[in-house]
Amino acid sequence: MSTTSMTKETTPQTTDAVVTARGLTLRFGGLVCLNDVDLTLNRGEILAVIGPNGAGKTSLFNSLTGVYVPQEGRITLSADGGEQNLLGRKPHVVNRLGVARTFQNIRLFGALTALENVKIAAETRQKSGPVGIMLGMPWARRNERASDRRSHELLDFVGMADKLNELAASLSYGDQRRLEIARALATDPQVLLLDEPAAGTNPTEKLELAELIKHINRELGISVLLIEHDMRLVMSVADRVTVLNFGKVIASGTPAEVQHNPAVVEAYLGASDEEAVPGEEDK
Amino acid sequence: MTVQEFWDYLIPGIALGALYAVIAIGYTMVYGVLQLINFAHSEVFMVGGFAVLMVFTKIDFNDPSVGMSVLLVLLGFATAGFAGAGTAFALEKVAYRPLRKRNAPRLAFLISAIGASFLLSNLAGKLFGRNNHSLTIPFENKKVFTVMNAQVTVLQVLIVCSAVIMMIGLDLLVNRTKMGAGIRAVAQDAETAGLMGVDIDKVISRTFIVGGLLGGIAGFLFAMNSSVGYTMGFFPGITAFAAAVVGGIGNVRGAMLGGLLLGLVESFSSPLFGEEWRYVSAFVVLILVLMFRPTGILGERLGRTA
Amino acid sequence: MSTITRPEADERDMVVMDLAKLRRVPWYRQPRWTRLFGMVLAAALLALATGPNASTDDIFFSVNESMTDGVRLPVCIALMVAFWAFFEFVPKAPVERAKATARANTVDMPAWQNTKKAFDKTPVKLGALAVVVVVLAVLPLFISTRWNQVLVGNVAVYVLLAIGLNVVVGWAGLLDLGFIAFFAIGAYSTAFWTGSLPTKPPVELNPFLAMPIAVVTCLIAGVLLGAPTLRLRGDYLAIVTLGFHEIVYLIANNANGFSGGSGGATNIPHPSVHLGFLDYEWELDPKPYWWLIMGMAAVVVFLFIRLEHSRVGRAWTAIREDEIAAAANGVNTVKYKLMAFAIGASTSGLAGGVYASKTGFISPESFKLMFSVLVLAYVIFGGMGSIWGVMVGTALLAWLPEYLKDWVDENDRITYLGALLVIMMIYRPQGLIPSRRRKRELTLAKEGIGDADAMTEPAGGRIA
Repeated sequence: MSTTSMTKETTPQTTDAVVTARGLTLRFGGLVCLNDVDLTLNRGEILAVIGPNGAGKTSLFNSLTGVYVPQEGRITLSADGGEQNLLGRKPHVVNRLGVARTFQNIRLFGALTALENVKIAAETRQKSGPVGIMLGMPWARRNERASDRRSHELLDFVGMADKLNELAASLSYGDQRRLEIARALATDPQVLLLDEPAAGTNPTEKLELAELIKHINRELGISVLLIEHDMRLVMSVADRVTVLNFGKVIASGTPAEVQHNPAVVEAYLGASDEEAVPGEEDK
Repeated sequence: MTVQEFWDYLIPGIALGALYAVIAIGYTMVYGVLQLINFAHSEVFMVGGFAVLMVFTKIDFNDPSVGMSVLLVLLGFATAGFAGAGTAFALEKVAYRPLRKRNAPRLAFLISAIGASFLLSNLAGKLFGRNNHSLTIPFENKKVFTVMNAQVTVLQVLIVCSAVIMMIGLDLLVNRTKMGAGIRAVAQDAETAGLMGVDIDKVISRTFIVGGLLGGIAGFLFAMNSSVGYTMGFFPGITAFAAAVVGGIGNVRGAMLGGLLLGLVESFSSPLFGEEWRYVSAFVVLILVLMFRPTGILGERLGRTA
Repeated sequence: MSTITRPEADERDMVVMDLAKLRRVPWYRQPRWTRLFGMVLAAALLALATGPNASTDDIFFSVNESMTDGVRLPVCIALMVAFWAFFEFVPKAPVERAKATARANTVDMPAWQNTKKAFDKTPVKLGALAVVVVVLAVLPLFISTRWNQVLVGNVAVYVLLAIGLNVVVGWAGLLDLGFIAFFAIGAYSTAFWTGSLPTKPPVELNPFLAMPIAVVTCLIAGVLLGAPTLRLRGDYLAIVTLGFHEIVYLIANNANGFSGGSGGATNIPHPSVHLGFLDYEWELDPKPYWWLIMGMAAVVVFLFIRLEHSRVGRAWTAIREDEIAAAANGVNTVKYKLMAFAIGASTSGLAGGVYASKTGFISPESFKLMFSVLVLAYVIFGGMGSIWGVMVGTALLAWLPEYLKDWVDENDRITYLGALLVIMMIYRPQGLIPSRRRKRELTLAKEGIGDADAMTEPAGGRIA
């Protein structure tokens, strides 16, 4: 694959892969969560991963971000002109290489304010150490101001400028989702992984969310990998769709192609069998 | 170390290891169901020792016959087991359940356990004096046989045999009975187990009772081997906990293995490094094992996967 | 408000009672009566705990005495039953209303905004701080030498220790049961560098020069212990630190050639300053030590407060609340835990250095495991994470036993401390003066959100 570096202003949808997963197999004891999964996220596109409950979508995310380590397979990230292996890297290393994520069951720092939540993510790459901070060194102060400014910008970007000082736990569901996205963006990612961002939000919030995802993709030039159940949202934002079932990729293509793929229809109609698959979705 | 010394230290090492294994099971089972260290388990062990001391003092036997000896030993088991189980049950009710009900952070559980441990141990010190009491052994502790010229005493045989019986019994209990299934279910995933109709409170209570039973009996055996005192639980307790971690916490068989290992290490460290270092050996082994196998020897947990 | 809640509460009680009837729960299994039973048991425990001490020749003496001694048991039972009756039967309305108001106040958002800024802007608070500082500064002048000794030897040293442990337990959420091990390392390295141990150093230094070396030594010891163990599941740290403490203690006790064995080290020089214009020597009088240690504590507190409100403090909070989310957002969790661990260890080492050169004599007896647990108890009592709470709590608990010496048997203090810890964890886990963040976390944890400590395993479910 080509490793040509792209500038952020370039139009999306190129065939230049940014995240490539090949042959991922993840087992828990005897349970196979992912079975030889191949996935390619092209630079600048929005790729949706769909599938019935327990199909292995969240396991895939956890594998991509270093929370789980698949027994087999390769994951590579092509960024800044080089290729980086992601498999077996610790979650914080994966994040610093440029892959940020949100969680299906929102995981904000509830006792901190919205601003503080974003700041934590915005300052993870700063170099000022404890001694400099304790002595109030100028670079430490500069860093503090920089992360403050950046966090303000991002909260503004997701439309939460008026809720800076509210506790994360007391925000509405939709706001919590948006805050989590802002927090993920604060780590300056090349790739953003969104795990069911629309779950639990109302129709208006869903529309806003679709807009936000498009904004992130077009304006910030970030490639987005999206897990979503809401097909209307998927159809309206995704450039391509990959369908997982029983830990396997059963279809891949444009939203229209996938929608009419017999295997996919089968997977969703036969979804009554899904109870037989122990779900690891919540873990 | 000569070959003779090796055998001389091996046998007490096995006896000690068997005791540690029995105590370690108490730690590991509670860890299995609650994912927390029951720091007060060492006091359960101490209570077992004191309960038997009180009963034996009351009976005041002198040079009992063989039949009487057997009876007294059985009485000792019953007393220690009952006292241990009762203490563990009460501990769970007082120091853990209220915290569990309000979803307290795990740090709070640990501190509550440490507080309960302080309370029990120092209360015992106040009530029974802060000196060590020797427990009259209800039988003549003569040697039964020799292995490579090393003596094996009645007490050592008793300790190892009862430990093995308890461990087999526990293994059957956990793996073959309905109650054991409940314990395993809660250890796997308490939330789901609850939804499936398992009474979590009851399972946790029972786990404490079973662990306490074993801990109390271990206290009795230990007391016969050395003495009864209000701090008697401390070292065996932390060593047994280390054993549970070394074996892989949450894993019952791992606890047995770890207990045996640390008992042997402790016993052999006396002739190798000097008596004064024996209490350190367990921790050095603990740190070494954790460095190379972060999940312990039998690594895989009985607990959750995510 | 109360007019609305009262009938509802009554209704709920009615429903509960109806259900109870339906299920035919026998009366003795209803919560109210099981609680009474528990209270009676607690009364027996109280009677035992306050009863006479054991005698050496009869092991039943103490139990018999406290159970049969005329009034003790009845009084304890009456007391506990009265307690029970008060909470079960006195109408809850006023209490509930007070609680509701309190809750309303805590949920009030703007009041929580950025504590640090609020602090800076409030002259009243600064004034109060100034008053406290002045009072503390002149305090030794008004009390007797005995209390001055207590103030320095027990209170000041432990306050310094508690400030350090607060970083580890309160901020990073790690359970350290071997904190006094670093205190010992600090004390012994100060003794070593001042030439008071059997092994002589290359150059003998003034205690003030030895102390920074002690601090660095503890920092290194903290990193060496923490680096392998902080990667493990959170609660392993408790047993590893406890083991580490025992190792340090036994080395101090047994390595006669190096540490002086159980006899310890004597004749550690008192600190002194010789800087041309400034020439001062601390001697036996405790007062100057008070000012010295309080000065150190003030500097440390100032530095740590800055740290708490910086990216480091925020990262600690993030790890405490949700380690997986923190790691997913690029926080190197092991690094920050290690940082907290090392900072705590060096503070402990500083305290050890001051302690050694103040008393002039150290022995393994001063570094028993009990003290590690005591400092932890002080920190929790004061309110983990709240630096002011920790200081007040420690001062109070370190001072109280001395004050109660004439009434309570010294050995019994631990019994009461144990009971206090359990009760505290059940009813007030946030401590005496809780930190705002901590309090919020505990409330959230109660509702099932987040963690409030760093005891989860790293990146849960990692099955590499």
